[in-house]
Amino acid sequence: MSELPPATRARRPLPTFQASAKQALANTQLRRNLYKATHTIRAKRGQVVDEMPDWQKLREAGRALKERSLRHLDTYLLELEDSVQRAGGQVHWARDAREANAIVTQIVHEHGAREVIKVKSLTTDEIKLNQALAARGIEAIETDLAELIIQMAGESSSHILVPAIHKNRSEIRELFMRTLNIDNLTDEPRELTNAARAHLRRKFLSTRVAISGVNFAVAETGTVCVVESEGNGRMCVTLPRVLISVMGIEKVIPTWQDLEVFLQLLPRSSTGERMNPYTSLWTGVSEGDGPQEFHLVLLDNGRTRVLADTIGRQTLNCIRCSACLNICPVYERTGGHAYSSVYPGPIGAILTPQLLGIEKASSLPYASTLCGACYDVCPVKINIPEVLIYLRGRIVRQKQDHHQLRARMDPENVAMKLMARTFESRQRYEQAQKLAQFGQLPFKHGGVIDALPGPLASWTALRDLQPVPKQSFRDWWRSRKLPQEAQQEVDS
Amino acid sequence: MSLTVRHCSDANAKKEKDEMKVSLFITCFNDTLFPETGRAVVQLLERLGHTVDFPLEQTCCGQMHYNTGYQREALPLIRRFVQIFGSAEVVVAPSASCVGMVRDIYLRAAELFEDHKLAAEVEALVPRVYELTEFLVYRLGLEDVGAYYPHRVTYHPTCHSLRFLHVGDAPLRLLRAVRGIDLVELPGAEECCGFGGTFALKNVDTSLAILSDKLRCILDTGAEVCTAGDNSCLMHIGGALHRQRAGVRTVHIAEILASSTERSLM
Repeated sequence: MSELPPATRARRPLPTFQASAKQALANTQLRRNLYKATHTIRAKRGQVVDEMPDWQKLREAGRALKERSLRHLDTYLLELEDSVQRAGGQVHWARDAREANAIVTQIVHEHGAREVIKVKSLTTDEIKLNQALAARGIEAIETDLAELIIQMAGESSSHILVPAIHKNRSEIRELFMRTLNIDNLTDEPRELTNAARAHLRRKFLSTRVAISGVNFAVAETGTVCVVESEGNGRMCVTLPRVLISVMGIEKVIPTWQDLEVFLQLLPRSSTGERMNPYTSLWTGVSEGDGPQEFHLVLLDNGRTRVLADTIGRQTLNCIRCSACLNICPVYERTGGHAYSSVYPGPIGAILTPQLLGIEKASSLPYASTLCGACYDVCPVKINIPEVLIYLRGRIVRQKQDHHQLRARMDPENVAMKLMARTFESRQRYEQAQKLAQFGQLPFKHGGVIDALPGPLASWTALRDLQPVPKQSFRDWWRSRKLPQEAQQEVDS
Repeated sequence: MSLTVRHCSDANAKKEKDEMKVSLFITCFNDTLFPETGRAVVQLLERLGHTVDFPLEQTCCGQMHYNTGYQREALPLIRRFVQIFGSAEVVVAPSASCVGMVRDIYLRAAELFEDHKLAAEVEALVPRVYELTEFLVYRLGLEDVGAYYPHRVTYHPTCHSLRFLHVGDAPLRLLRAVRGIDLVELPGAEECCGFGGTFALKNVDTSLAILSDKLRCILDTGAEVCTAGDNSCLMHIGGALHRQRAGVRTVHIAEILASSTERSLM
């Protein structure tokens, strides 16, 4: 298990989930918005998944295809490069965010563009491309409605699919009136959409360079696929003269036919739709039709390290559907910002620590009750609870092995070691039971424990605790046994 | 290892088709905090004609350690469990999460620490380890266990019983067959209660936010008892119900199934 190289290590640890969650939980408007949005999408997904007789087979096919792609990633990436080049596209390889941003910025710069339009893309958010472009004086205009909203608000995404899930329509109305300089607007969705449309159409027609992410890239044909709901992405990948697509290397799939599986799994899992509204597919460039220059940037940025880990690598199966966010009891209450990453929710809790290095995001694998709902809904069968538990193990082992002094002072580490030793011996265990029966006496009030000290105070903050009974089960068992059996035990 | 062999001499001779020797894995949590659940399991299984064995060497399955990341510390506990229960005819525990630990995690733990001998022993043991309700319904083929419980009850399917053990509707089938019971459906039943082991301490705010929705659903049913197959989740739910003086108590499903019109030996 190799850890991160220095280039990406320089980054500071993310704020802890606990601290960010506490703030989010207190925001009543956010709680209401999230509850409504997650429950709506959850119900829609449930309906369109339940009607599929072969859903479990499709999931298994999706998992198997992704694992095959990842097992032979080197072969498929080279095949993809070759196919794209033969179709008239250019392929660039980027080891990390810095290299990818440099490549994209350079291409935009060479075309003398001061503005670019963007299709919603998590990968470009991951590498903070918009900031890199801004540093070279290039303005990136998000064209996905929700991305546009959060860009206008100066906020960051809180959901993989619906980045502005934390905002309701009256908040969006106020934002549009302020930033688009509109005097008269209601919070009717149609009116809000029209306001954004008028703003975006001007940009689509005047901008020469577009940037997109990639949902799937077919090695066999060199075809790149972007899946979206609004049609704004379609505008971006067809109208400008130059198109740059940035993809994580795990997005490659072997053959054209494999799309059959993923284009069934993805829309049903993400938006709860049977078929995706806008599925754009293009292969290199075509004379007189669409962009005349196409660049594909292949991004590693920590992915090969994830791939090297036999348990963690299933994380790369992810097709970014966000079903795990919508079903997650934690995400439903805290929203995405608590995860301090472009990848929130259960998938973010396993992906972010692996991409950044677990020491940078060590609270995230603990941001789960391990309820297993995420695994149930995952269309490519990522066993998220398994990976969460595995990452927790790496975090603890790293603490114990590399920060021995700190580990020795850490109350949790001390308590866990002590308890493990207690459980290793029947004698010590039974002594501990007796100790608990007496040790609790100072905390018992009127037959209940309502205020514990230290870290256990969290338990009694809003929960009472029944006292430890005087007779354990094993005491009872011994007391009811036939005298003859008790004698046998003494003899042994 | 196991010393309490009841009816040992004639066990083989008069072994009837369905009579089994059940090794009870009580779990450290129930042993220490909820002995009444253990007593109920013994009473129930004996009433059904089975022999219960309780290996006194047992302590903890290692779940809390393993799931919190203390996996090296959990390994001796896993080995210990496999050694104690390795030769059992069947192992039954009144806890879905501890059975989930044995069934889902033990093999992974053995693989993580590359202990091939342990892996083989785990694979041999796992098919004989059952959570109480799945044992009753799927192994013994029972639904009516002769219980009588005249109370209004709602059932919360814990995440481990639902999504890890896949016990399905086994607990509900058992509850529906209980005489006198007024069983009411819990809205949003399949959603987590927010316990999550050490999550309840490490992420206390989120844990309580999830719990508050579960409490609302329970209170909406008008039940006086909330039951489940895991005392850990019930301790979390019941602790808050008690703090709020909500007038609803939590009872492990084993205690409902063990109740009858006769006087309890508990």
